[in-house]
Amino acid sequence: MSTNKEFDFKNYVRGRYFPHIWCPGCGHGIVLGALLRAVHELELDKNNIVMTSGIGCSSRISGYVDFHSLHTIHGRALAFATGVKLSRPNLKAIVPMGDGDALAIGGNHFIHAARRNIDITAIVMNNRIYGMTGGQFSPLSGTGKKATTAPYTTIDNNFDVVELAKAAGASFVARSTVFHASESKEYLKKAIMHKGFSVVEILSQCPTYYGRKNKEGDAATMMEGYRKNTVKIGSKKLDTNPDLIQRGIFVEDTDRPEYCEAYDEIIETAMKGKA
Amino acid sequence: MTNTSNIRFIQGNEACVEGALYAGINFFAGYPITPSTEIAEHLAQRLPAIGGKFIQMEDEIASMAAIIGASLTGSKVMTATSGPGFSLKQEALGYACMAEIPCVIANVQRGGPSTGNPTHVSQGDVNQARWGTHGDHSIVALTASNHQDVFKMTVEAFNIAETYRTPVVLLFDEVIGHMREKLEIPERGELPVVDRLRTSVPKGVDYHPYLPREDGRLPMSDFGAEHRYNVTGLFHDMWGFPNNDPQVVSDLLRHLVDKIENNWENICFYKEHWLDDADYVLISYGSSARSAKHIARNRRKRGMKIGVLELQTIWPFPTEIVREKCANAKAVMVVEMNMGQVVTQVKSAVDHPEKVFLANRIDGQLISPTDIKTTLRMIQGKGV
Amino acid sequence: METERIRLVFSGSGGQGVITAAIILAKAAVIFEGKNATQSQSYGAAARGGATRSDVLISEQDILFPKVIQPNILISLTQESYNKFAPILRPGGLLLMDNRYVTMEKKVAANHVALPMFDTVMKEIGKPIVFNICMLGTLIGLTELVKPESILKVLETTIPRDFMDMNKKALELGMELGASEA
Repeated sequence: MSTNKEFDFKNYVRGRYFPHIWCPGCGHGIVLGALLRAVHELELDKNNIVMTSGIGCSSRISGYVDFHSLHTIHGRALAFATGVKLSRPNLKAIVPMGDGDALAIGGNHFIHAARRNIDITAIVMNNRIYGMTGGQFSPLSGTGKKATTAPYTTIDNNFDVVELAKAAGASFVARSTVFHASESKEYLKKAIMHKGFSVVEILSQCPTYYGRKNKEGDAATMMEGYRKNTVKIGSKKLDTNPDLIQRGIFVEDTDRPEYCEAYDEIIETAMKGKA
Repeated sequence: MTNTSNIRFIQGNEACVEGALYAGINFFAGYPITPSTEIAEHLAQRLPAIGGKFIQMEDEIASMAAIIGASLTGSKVMTATSGPGFSLKQEALGYACMAEIPCVIANVQRGGPSTGNPTHVSQGDVNQARWGTHGDHSIVALTASNHQDVFKMTVEAFNIAETYRTPVVLLFDEVIGHMREKLEIPERGELPVVDRLRTSVPKGVDYHPYLPREDGRLPMSDFGAEHRYNVTGLFHDMWGFPNNDPQVVSDLLRHLVDKIENNWENICFYKEHWLDDADYVLISYGSSARSAKHIARNRRKRGMKIGVLELQTIWPFPTEIVREKCANAKAVMVVEMNMGQVVTQVKSAVDHPEKVFLANRIDGQLISPTDIKTTLRMIQGKGV
Repeated sequence: METERIRLVFSGSGGQGVITAAIILAKAAVIFEGKNATQSQSYGAAARGGATRSDVLISEQDILFPKVIQPNILISLTQESYNKFAPILRPGGLLLMDNRYVTMEKKVAANHVALPMFDTVMKEIGKPIVFNICMLGTLIGLTELVKPESILKVLETTIPRDFMDMNKKALELGMELGASEA
């Protein structure tokens, strides 16, 4: 494979598995596109990539791609991927997750994968809602939002994925949006090549549920919102509007030991009979 | 003195570890829980020394998930737990049933429900092993009453997991797990070890991960190898793609059940002691079978025609064997440490369920030969 | 003494090495004398202080039921464990106690042996850590359950070489104490 070759979507997806299940206007297809372009530009061997996902709209991404794909149970994708990666550290482990999958039911696995700094790329496709079950609020919805399980608006505070990942020990943390597809692709490339646990949060619109419930308009309007309401890290605009969401690479630490490499040292010690 | 290098004096949990190593385990994920923790502790020591991997995960669910992931890359995998942890693993265990991933789950039983009686013995998870995960499925559960058999059944568990691409539960108990006794480690080749069946489909030719061969077996392809395919917990077609076509759904469900139930004779392990002329048949398994054999040996010396059928395969339940061995019995007594989980199966297996009785103990103490004798006397109408 | 199945209960408090001693004895019988043995113990809170107990059975035959209901040998290294377990000793059995820790309260129909095992260890070696090995020496000095060489072979595989001499001495001290009462 070579970058000289034009990117062709068809080389990376399983035609048999289409059409996909995503609603018209859903942002997740843009994440898929950015991911496949990232893999293409990195010239990765498809046989060396394992996509592991849980349950939800976002997790269906693993079936569509022509890599090894493991579509598991709700919330546990990172735990399955940990088994894949530790067993075969030469494989690239990519884990696409929705906000509920990653941070509600899967929150424990998220912080512990980050703590171990195991070489897995977690993509949090944040649409602030449970889409597949029909529009319930998630731990990323935030307060004052409408959802089918919050008919009087939400009172639950939201996690900040970036801050959570940083605190838990992820050694690469970035955030972008589907409006910034090219930027997302660049962050994904860096995350995939980063040796350690990497988190890329990508804001992705759900016009069908979140948008409609909260009167945020159609897909185009919501994407326009990502343009207006986000800025690069440290932008001057934050002085006047501190509520703007920052995009960029928040952590890129290459010094921290990666888990599988650290385990290789354990093997070396154990084989010498020193334990 | 003969060579003692293969003789160990160890806990049952460690005998399980020795069996797993003999069977070729190279990946273990677990979470500490009494009374199974020694399995994790010993594998943490032993696995890296042979280039294998051990990981202590953040919880029981993650441990079950991690071994499934590792199995797909070609590793032979196991986790170990006890009651509460076994409950937590059930959803992922069902995933392994559905996606047909070889794996072994050791459940060293303690008293339940809930936190229950962590340091004391019970056999209360017999039905959880069978029906703990949701939906129809089949499951294999093996057990043992001494360390030599713990070793052997652990090897068999790995063999069955690989042969039928299924999770296999090892239903040990606190007494067996913690007690120390002799284990003589068999030489290589003495016990059969089944290696993973990998596909012979070459690169560039379509590989159907879920299309059984004529003999019903499904050759695997490791993640990382030439064939890229999808694995899912949804009903799926021969490609591994989600599919809810009624025919696909019913065919897959039947396949998942049939591959176990139709092979029950190959999966069925049991031992019989003095059954040939037995008027009284004791049926037991795990540590309670030691007490059953103890009292039978003792009563035989006094001329009583009593024998023991010791089950080593609990699921699929060996209905045919039980019916056959109990056919001429005046009375059958199931000896177990629960409110009557195997006795229900026995009653439905035999021709005369009214002759089936339960001798149990549910207070966290190992049922004693005296306990069994007392129930025997009641059956014999002698009163106590 | 009934020799078909020797049933021992080792009792004391957590940290005295009672359970370790039970394991060493049973292991010696199995690995170096070709006998059958089982060892089990109380777990949970009792293992961290309070009265600990470990059951050992030794037999030429298969051992099936692995718990001891009526021991024919009881070792008690604390008053609490003596009070708790003395009543289960089989009539005619052997009760071995350390006379620094245990004061006999009422006689049961057994062979009572109270010896200064702890004091001897402290006087001759000065390390309480080998108290349990001295106790094992006393036990085999009294009963000849296993050969001392078998115990030493187990110790060689389980403890660092630097500690071997101290353990060997503790075992010998115990055997002398035991033999004097046998």
